[in-house]
Amino acid sequence: MTKKKSTYWKTNLKYLALLLIIWFTVSFLFGIVFAEYLNHFKLGGFPLGFWFAHQGAIYVFVILIFIYVYLMNKLDKKYDVDEV
Amino acid sequence: MSAQIWTYLLVGVTFFIYIIIAIVARAGSTKEFYVAGGGVHPIVNGMATAADWMSAASFLSMAGLIAFMGFSGGQYLMGWTGGYVLLALLLAPYLRKFGKFTVPDFIGERYYSKNARLVALICALFISFTYVVGQMKGVGVAFARFLNVPFDTGVLIGIGIVFFYAVLGGMKGITYTQVAQFCVLIFAFTVPAIYISLQMTGNPIPQVGFGSKGIDGVYLLEKLNLLSQDLGFDAYTSIDKGNLVNMFFITGALMFGTAGLPHVIVRFFTVPRVKDARISAGWALLFIAILYTTAPAVAVFARTNIINTLSEKSYSEVPQWFTNWEKTGLLTFDDKNKDGIIQYVADTQINELTVDQDIIVLANPEIANLPPWVIGLVVAGGLAAALSTAAGLLLVISTSISHDLLKNYLRPDISEKNELYAARVAIAVAVVAAGLAGLNPPGFVAQVVALAFGLAASSFFPAIILGIFDKRMNKEGAITGMIVGIVFTASYIIYFKPQLGGPGLPENFWWGISPEGIGTLGMILNFIIALIVSRFTTAPPKEVQELTESIRTPRGSVSPKNNSH
Repeated sequence: MTKKKSTYWKTNLKYLALLLIIWFTVSFLFGIVFAEYLNHFKLGGFPLGFWFAHQGAIYVFVILIFIYVYLMNKLDKKYDVDEV
Repeated sequence: MSAQIWTYLLVGVTFFIYIIIAIVARAGSTKEFYVAGGGVHPIVNGMATAADWMSAASFLSMAGLIAFMGFSGGQYLMGWTGGYVLLALLLAPYLRKFGKFTVPDFIGERYYSKNARLVALICALFISFTYVVGQMKGVGVAFARFLNVPFDTGVLIGIGIVFFYAVLGGMKGITYTQVAQFCVLIFAFTVPAIYISLQMTGNPIPQVGFGSKGIDGVYLLEKLNLLSQDLGFDAYTSIDKGNLVNMFFITGALMFGTAGLPHVIVRFFTVPRVKDARISAGWALLFIAILYTTAPAVAVFARTNIINTLSEKSYSEVPQWFTNWEKTGLLTFDDKNKDGIIQYVADTQINELTVDQDIIVLANPEIANLPPWVIGLVVAGGLAAALSTAAGLLLVISTSISHDLLKNYLRPDISEKNELYAARVAIAVAVVAAGLAGLNPPGFVAQVVALAFGLAASSFFPAIILGIFDKRMNKEGAITGMIVGIVFTASYIIYFKPQLGGPGLPENFWWGISPEGIGTLGMILNFIIALIVSRFTTAPPKEVQELTESIRTPRGSVSPKNNSH
């Protein structure tokens, strides 16, 4: 593997790790493990833990994918591995 | 016009549209048949993926399921959406770069083994077939109840329609039909929700509405919590602490399962470039999220409405819709204390009202007194959801047979024309077989869906991820991992599912994990075993390591080719 490609791949893995930590946090942690605690807080009429499990996690999922697309398109260009 | 006439009209018009699209977009080559020519725009593919994904169960059953589960229902909402993050980040772009037609293609080449391909092929067939039988049944139920035809006739009409456009159009026909079906189903799901949200909270956005104050100035969720507790149920938003571990595992199994389902993965082979595969997963999830964020609102509205309209009301004064649904047996009133009043409470000894969760979405417009055309629309939407998913699954089945089994296993010298012919025959046979199984569904069909997700999570997901992210992963590791994952998961499910003849009792679940969630553990096992075995056996050949290297960068992606001729 060339050095350039290996940095490209490592940056990709860094992005993945970061985004997947958020993915895990909003669903498994906020929506399940800490939902009880978060339910003490309110978002309008929603108890917060309930909101994450029924709404919030899904919104964050959508946003995460679009952030990933943005980051990777930039990275592809920077390392000159993008498609024509 | 009555709801009945509206239903005939809307179902007729939408079906006519699907057939016209199928004729215009019919496939002329195997490439068009398998991956729609590989030139589908990412947004179009996103819509088609969404329709493919959202089945009769998502459309008809999920909101009802949540209405009766409350907080824990979040496992379906998160589980059936979160997998798309995994797809977009960990699978879709790399599989697109790999540039073949099917999941067994990838497994077979990456693990340089015909046996690995065969294992993958059998898994793909099993998962898709169990899934499609449920869809055909859904079509039959929807037709039977709303067009007043017998269940069998309903299934036969369904077979006829799918047969026509799937056999003719292949992936190309299916993709463009699914776009139309997505529009129909999402419109049909959101329109009644918006109506009811306006009625109950004055807010036209259901996602916001169910967290708002009702007309009486009290937050809707607070009111529902109180109503539920008064009747002895748990508060709607309260957390079932004893079930949290299980909820965690079920959510995981659904997410990893989603990312390992062949009919979902194959959609990302249809776009022109790697970057399109990434963004296409984003569009797909956005379109799916419209339904998945509306469903919990529908659940809250319906549960509140049911309690308000029925609890402690006199049976002689129930609304017309109650009587209509009573005829189907899905709504029953058993006046245990003979006072003529409906007691709807948590205590099963006293409770007199049983509401099947499957009727919530269908009955919702009637319960909320919406105009008759809305009821017709919901039926057309349910049928669109069932048909689009069935078609996508049937395509995977036919591709597995004509491409993976016939071309790459049994008769590599088959001509393009004959392969296309075989694909059409295979899909025709699959439609009929699925229909017949749907006509006479084995009692365990609903249970087997848990198996489909569990198997996808514990077999395909780790094998594909390791194939991309671990260059050292070899065929010994991957095959052992897949077999251990599948055998473990399937054994646990069969042992603990009474419907499958298992003797296991819920109190003996490992750490309280029900069969629906065990796929997560099977997946972890698969990963561990595969990694250990691969490190003690020979590294994969150089060209396979180079292949792994090459799928990690987008440049040089080519459209899928049927390369062995």
